[in-house]
Amino acid sequence: MDKMPPWADAVLVPVISLLLAAAISSIVILAIGENPIEALNYMIEGALLSSAGWGQVLYYATNYIFTGLAVAVASHARLFNIGGEGQAQLGGLGIAMLCLFIPFPHWTLAFVFAIVAAGLFGAAWAYIPAVLQAKRDSHIVITTIMFNYIAYALLNYMLVNVLRPEGAMEPASGNFPDNIHLPTFQEMFSYGDTILFRSAPANVSFFLAVIACIGIWVLVWRTRLGYELRAFGQSESAAKYAGINPARITIIAMLISGALAGMMALNTTMGYSERLVLNASEGAGFIGIAVALMGRNHPVGIFFAALLFGFLVQGGTELSFWTSIPTELIVVIQALVILFTGALDNMVRMPLVKLFALGKGDR
Amino acid sequence: MTFMKKLYGAAATLALTAGAAMADPALIYDLGGKFDKSFNEAAYGGAERFVSETGGSYKDFEITSEAQREQALRRFAESGFNPIVTTGFSWASVFEAVAPDYPDTKFVTIDGFVDPAKHPNVLSILFAEHEGSYLVGMMAAQASKTGTVSFVGGMDIPLIRKFACGYAQGAKAVNPDVTVISNMTGTTPAAWNDPVKGSELTKAQKAQGSDVVFAAAGGTGLGVLQTAADEGILSVGVDSNQNYLQPGSVLTSMLKRVDVAVFDSMSAGSDLETGVKALGLAQEGVGYAMDDNNAALVSEDMVAVIEAAKAKIIAGELSVHDYTSDDTCPVLDF
Repeated sequence: MDKMPPWADAVLVPVISLLLAAAISSIVILAIGENPIEALNYMIEGALLSSAGWGQVLYYATNYIFTGLAVAVASHARLFNIGGEGQAQLGGLGIAMLCLFIPFPHWTLAFVFAIVAAGLFGAAWAYIPAVLQAKRDSHIVITTIMFNYIAYALLNYMLVNVLRPEGAMEPASGNFPDNIHLPTFQEMFSYGDTILFRSAPANVSFFLAVIACIGIWVLVWRTRLGYELRAFGQSESAAKYAGINPARITIIAMLISGALAGMMALNTTMGYSERLVLNASEGAGFIGIAVALMGRNHPVGIFFAALLFGFLVQGGTELSFWTSIPTELIVVIQALVILFTGALDNMVRMPLVKLFALGKGDR
Repeated sequence: MTFMKKLYGAAATLALTAGAAMADPALIYDLGGKFDKSFNEAAYGGAERFVSETGGSYKDFEITSEAQREQALRRFAESGFNPIVTTGFSWASVFEAVAPDYPDTKFVTIDGFVDPAKHPNVLSILFAEHEGSYLVGMMAAQASKTGTVSFVGGMDIPLIRKFACGYAQGAKAVNPDVTVISNMTGTTPAAWNDPVKGSELTKAQKAQGSDVVFAAAGGTGLGVLQTAADEGILSVGVDSNQNYLQPGSVLTSMLKRVDVAVFDSMSAGSDLETGVKALGLAQEGVGYAMDDNNAALVSEDMVAVIEAAKAKIIAGELSVHDYTSDDTCPVLDF
C-alpha cells in the first residue's frame, strides 16, 4: 500500500478539496448572476479583516471545536455519535439550572461549576445510547439521532412550562445574574480607547476549547485509556483478546464524547445569550461531524477545520447582509465544502496517492 | 490609469450607496424565513408596499441562527439604517442589549415586548390575536354541522396557545356544547414548516368529527388547508388572507396585519413614535377576511352574529381571555 508523506495527507488533501468546493460554489454563484470574486471579498472582509469579524468566527469555531472533538473521541472507538445536538442542548439545560438557581459570588466559580454541570448533563444524555449499544447492541447511530429529538422535546417542555418567566412569550429562561457574566473578547482585549472585538460574542470559553483540544490529544495518544480506545476502534476482536472490555470502553468513549458536546453550551448559553433559548445548539452538533471528518479526528485538524467553518458561517452572514445572494445559497456553499472535504475525500486522495507513488518510482 | 479610475469609481459608488442607506429602513425576519406564506411574508408584503407607494428602498435580512440576531441589529444600526423593524417574539432580550448603544436609531419589534420606560427608542407592536381568533372561532362553530371544530397549531408555544384559546372561546360562545379539538404540530421550530404533519393532523381531526379546522401553524397550515379541501371540510387560514389558497374551502382567515405594522413603521421613518402599540380589533390590527372566495360559505346571519361580538369587544363589554396573561385557558386544556 503506497502512502503519502504526512504533510500531504494533512495539508494538501484538505486544501485541494477546499479549492474544488470553492470552484463549484463560484459556478453556482455565477449561475444566479452574481460575481464570485466580489462574494469572496465580502466574506473575507466581513470575517477576517476586522477584530469584530474574528470575534464572530472564533465564537462559532468554539462551538465546532467542542462538537468536533466529541465526534472525534467517539469515532476513535469506532462509534458514530450523531447526538451532539441533543447532548449540547442538555448541557445548556444543566448550565441554566445551575446559573438560575445557585447564587455564585464570582464568574470564575460559576464557570468551574458550569463546566462540570454541562459535562455531566451532556454525558448523561450520551450514557443511555451508550449502554443500549454496549449491552443491547442497539445501533448508536439510530439511538443518538433519536435522542436528539427527545432532547428537543424535553428542552421545549422545560422552557415552555418550567423555566420560562411568567408572562414571557418566548420559550426561553430568564436571564442569568449579571455577576456571573463571562468576560468577552471585547472586555479582555480592549485597551485604552482602542476597542477590539466590538460586541462580538467570542468569550473566555474559547480558551477552554483550546485546552480541550490539548486534553483530548493527551488522552487519546498519551494515556492507557486512549490506547484502549484506539485499539477497540481498530479491531474489536483484537481488543477483546488483549483484555479490553468492549462494553466498558464503549460507555467511556460515549461519556467523554457527550461531555464535550455538552460543554459547547458554555459558549452559547453562558457566554453569549446568558439565558437558555430554544435550539441553542444551532446545528453545531451536526457541523461537528464535518469538522471531525475534515480534521481527521485529530485535535489540531479539528481546530483548523472549526476555524474554517466559523469563517464560512460568519462570511456567509456578511454575504447575505450586503448582497442579494439568498441565505439558502450559503448553505449550499457550506454543504459543498462538507461534501468535498468529508464525503468525497477519496476522490482527491486516490489520485494524489498515485501521484506520489509515481514520484517515488522515478527516483 | 484604468485601474486607478476603477478604484475611484468603486469608492464613489460606495460613498453613494452609503449615503443612500442613511435613512433607509431595514427589516429583519425571524427564523422560518422570508417566504413562509404567513407571518414573515406578511412583513415582506408590507415592506414591498412601502417601496411601491413611497418609492423608498429598504434592506432586509433573514437570520439563520440565534447568534445572528444581535449581529444583524448592530450591523444595520452601525450602517445607519433607521428604523430597524424585526418580526417575531424572540427579539425582546436582544433589544435590551442593543438598543441603548444606538440611541439615535429607532427599533421596532413586532410581537415582542420591550419596556418603553427603559428603552425609549424601541416601539413594541403587539397584536390581540385572541380577539381575532375569537371571531373566527364563532364563525367556525356556526359553520360546523357536526358540532365539532378543531385547531392545528404550529410549535407548542404560548403565542399559539393564545390563538387556540381565543378560538375555543369564540366557538363556545356560539354553541356551548361544541367540542373543540386542539393539536400542536410539534415542539421544535420545524413544526412551522411541516405540511405533511399538518395534513395528517387534519385527517385525524376529521376522523374525530371535526368539520372546520383552524390552522395557526405557518407553512404547516398549507397542508392543513389543502387536506381540508381534499376531504371536503372547511378550514380557516391565518395571518395573511389565505382564502384564495383553496377557494370554496377556506371559511375565512384570521388576519394579523403585520404588513400594516411594517408599512406604517417604515413610512414613519426616523420620526417614528416609539412606545407600545397594541393592535386589536379596535385598531383593525386583527380581524377576519371576507372576499369573493369565501362569500358563498358565510351567510349574512353568521356575519351579523360576529359583528355584534366584535362591536362588544371594541366597546369593552366583552373581554376575551388572553392565554398569555396567566398561562391558563378556561375552555381548553393543553
